[in-house]
Order: sequence, then C-alpha cells, then structure tokens
Amino acid sequence: MTQLALVIDLNVCVGCHACVTSCKQWNTSGTAGSLSDDNPYGADPTGTFFNRVQTFEVGEYPKTETVHFPKSCLHCEDPPCVPVCPTGASYKRAEDGIVLVDYDKCIGCKYCSWACPYGAREIDEHQKVMKKCTLCVDRIYDAKLPESERKPACVLACPTSARLFGDIHDPDAPVSRAIRENGGYALMPEWGTQPANHYLPRRKTSAEIHPDELTRQDNPLKVDGLLPRPATGEPALDDVTSW
Amino acid sequence: MRPAWSVILLTTLIGAGQGLFLALYAADAFDASRGQASLAPAFVAAMVGATLALVGGGLLASFFHLGHPERAWRSAAMWRTSWLSREVIALPLFMALAAAYGGMHWLGRLQGALAVGGLAALACVALFVCTGMIYACLKFLQEWHSPLTVANFILLGSASGLTAAAALAAWLQPSLARPYAVAALLVGALGYLMRLAALGRNARLRPKSTLATAIGVKHPRIVQIAQGAMGGSFNTREFFHGRPQEVVRAARWMLLALVFPVPALLLAFAGDSAWGLSAAFLLQYAGLLAERWYFFAEARHPQNLYYQAIA
Repeated sequence: MTQLALVIDLNVCVGCHACVTSCKQWNTSGTAGSLSDDNPYGADPTGTFFNRVQTFEVGEYPKTETVHFPKSCLHCEDPPCVPVCPTGASYKRAEDGIVLVDYDKCIGCKYCSWACPYGAREIDEHQKVMKKCTLCVDRIYDAKLPESERKPACVLACPTSARLFGDIHDPDAPVSRAIRENGGYALMPEWGTQPANHYLPRRKTSAEIHPDELTRQDNPLKVDGLLPRPATGEPALDDVTSW
Repeated sequence: MRPAWSVILLTTLIGAGQGLFLALYAADAFDASRGQASLAPAFVAAMVGATLALVGGGLLASFFHLGHPERAWRSAAMWRTSWLSREVIALPLFMALAAAYGGMHWLGRLQGALAVGGLAALACVALFVCTGMIYACLKFLQEWHSPLTVANFILLGSASGLTAAAALAAWLQPSLARPYAVAALLVGALGYLMRLAALGRNARLRPKSTLATAIGVKHPRIVQIAQGAMGGSFNTREFFHGRPQEVVRAARWMLLALVFPVPALLLAFAGDSAWGLSAAFLLQYAGLLAERWYFFAEARHPQNLYYQAIA
C-alpha cells in the first residue's frame, strides 16, 4: 500500500511563501480550472489556496522563537472528510492514498469542511465546489515531465528543501527515514485521523564551552607567553603599536 | 461555526413538520385503537397539508445552502457512510409516505391509511435521527458530539409540532386542542430540560485540541502572528459566527425564554383559543430559530486555532 505524503521540516522552513505561490500558480493553471480570487489587488483580497504558510510565536519575550508553519491537506489515512460526503465526490485513492475531490460531483454543501479539524478544505466561491491540495496529482504521474520534476509544485519551489515528498509506507523512502530518525510527528493526534503528512520539529543547535577551552593548554613553546605583552595602559593592537 | 440561515430554516421547519405529523398519527392511532373514526377529514387534510408545507419549505431552504443545487440528486449516493446522505433519502421518503397517508385518509380508506401512516411515522423518526446525527457524528465539534444533540432535535421538533397541532386543532378539531396542548407542554418541558443539560455540558467542555497539538510544539504559550492571508479566507468566514458577544447573549436569552417558558404560559392558559395557541406556536418557532442559531454559534471548530490573527 502506497501512501504519498509531504514531510515538512519546521527547522528548515524560513516562511518565504514560495510553496504557496508555486502551488497557486500550478493549480490555478490546470485542467480543473482556476483557483478563483476576489479583489486580488484590492483592499480586501481573498481567494482559494491549497497551501498556506502561517507564523506562530512560541514563548514569552525575550525567550521567543518564531515558527513558520506551512499547512495544506494532510491526506489522512483515516480521513474524516470522506465518509461524510453525501455524493462520493470526496474520496481517498486506494492506489496512492491521495484524498481528492471530484469537482463534477461536488454539490458544494461544505459538510466535508466541517468534518476536517485542520481547516484544509476551502470552497471556491466562484465554481462553488470544495477544493483542497491534490499533492499535484496532475503532475507527479506526468510521464512527459522529466523524472526529477514529477513532484508537487511546492516541493520543487522550496528554496531550503524543507519539504520532502514520497511514500511514507515504504520504510526505505527518504520521507520515512526522516520521520523515523528526526522525530516526525502528526498534527492533532487526539482525533485519530492519522495524517499522512508529517512535520519535523525544530532542533536547537547548542555548544557548551568549558573554561579550560578558552586558554590554549597545548602550547609547547609557550609562544603566547614569550611575547612582550603590552601593559594595560599601552595602546592596543588596533591602534598602531610598535611590537 | 457560522450559522447558515438555510440550515437553520431547514432543521426548524422540518422539525415542526415532523412533530406535527407524529401528533396527527398518534391521535389517529389512538382513535383507531378505540374503534372510532372521530377525526374530521378537513382536520386531517389540514394537518397533512401543513406537514408537507413545513417539510417542503425546509427542503426548499436547504437548496440555498448548496453551491450546485442542480446536482442535489447525487447526494443520495453515500447512504452507507454519510448521515447527510441518509437524511436526503429519509426526507422525501417521509414526505411521500405522509402524502400517501393523507390521500388514503381523504379517500376514506382508514385501515390502509393507518398502515401507511405507521411507515411514515417510522420514516419521520428516522429523519429526526439522521438530522441530529449529521451534527452529533462530528467528533471534534465537541459541543455537538453528544446524544443530547439528537435528543434535542427530536424533542424540540416534536414540541413545536405539538404546539402547531394544538393551534390547528383549535381551528378545526377543538376536542383535540387541549390534549395536544398538554402533550406540547410535557414534550416541551422535557426538550427544554435536555437543552439546558446540553448548554450546561457545553459550558463545562474543555477543548481537546490546543495550539500545542495543532502545530505540534510543546509549549504553554503560543500565539499566532500570521495566518497566511491578509484579507480573510473561507476558513475565517465559515467557522466563526462573526457577531459581537451581545448578539450571542441575546440569542441565548431568546432561546431560554421562547423555546419553552413563554409558549408554555400560552399553552397552559390560552385554553382552546385558536389565536392564543397560534401565538404560542409562532413564539416557540422564533425561539427555535434562536436556539438553532445559538447551536451553530456556540460550536467551536478546532480549525479556528489556525485562524486567530490575520497578520
């Protein structure tokens, strides 16, 4: 069983929104029609997006940390949005686990969006159907594209490679290794939706310096000591000194 | 959640229509069990007509909720998994059976009418359960995920239907006005108690999801700085009621006063005055509109955790 998914490394994401614009560009140009916007350049812009980058501040000043958090459909292994759909327009593909909406069957009742705890679904206010991330299903299987480009648009756009794409059911896939070895986690595990998309946590890089590391211990010729050290009153090296 | 008027009208109108039909069928069955046929044909016709008008009106309102009403027929497909799909089947089935019951009654085939009416009553209860379960089955809408939701839909719908039946009976079958009024008082009191229980339960609820589980960062203090859009989105429109707190409080007071206490006074003291009982129904229906509005407004969707600050 294949389960395609994204693994997003929050330690690497810089919040540049390149995945958002690239997603919008690819998915608004596809055969399914545009992702409509209202007032894109006006005072109150709004529109349909599959992917959003949000920003959170963790902690209290001055000990704060900024977390950029890209959010799209998580392609849950037990998607609560699918069984509630009255028409069968929402479905999960058996062959690769992608959760999709058949825009020709959707009646726009919005019930699936109520049934998604993550707010991953957005209605297209002009086409009046529910839309969501497709994992670029019209791209990842396109044999006309070079092998290296058969990835979701957001993954290709990410300048820091914070987004990995692959089959999380294949234990040898890079995504599975990243989840396993870098502490990958799922969002809102309390609802048992088993999201396929995972996030990699922020990691702190720290170094501890001991006092004896500040002076050179292994200095056989005592070179430092031989030098005529200037007195504290003398001009410093930055000023022009004689020695 | 944002209360949608189409859904508020749908659930309140069909609830009243279903209650009205159950009231009629109960009277008819009781009548038949005593070997009588005392119901005036005009009364039965008016009751069935009012049932169909209320349920049909609700059905019509529901179409305004859909982005593609012309595809509504597709929504009967997923009855194995979706309570909404089951409701879509139960509603026209109930209307057809109720109409058949009314037709057979009109033609004087009372035994047949009783059998068809029994099926209609079953479809009617099934419809109540489906409507309630649409909301109660969503486990992360904790305010709705309770048997109280289904109980409220059944009891408050039946109570409003019984009040309407008392009003109609006062015009066309005065002997039934008092029994209906008493039944409306009993069912209304029970429904009111259940609603109070639901309000109390919801006031004590602790949200299972927090920002810490929403973004997976274990820290007690997390605030949103940006939600990824400057001008709002579907997520900021559909899941927030967007009204000031005074409106929510007003709806709550309207619910508390009009769903039972005020109509109860009229039901108790208006005797069999048709005007008094009609006023009781209209007031109770207004209360139910407020009740349903509040039902949506008080439900806090976990997705709102991701949409707390624009920028």
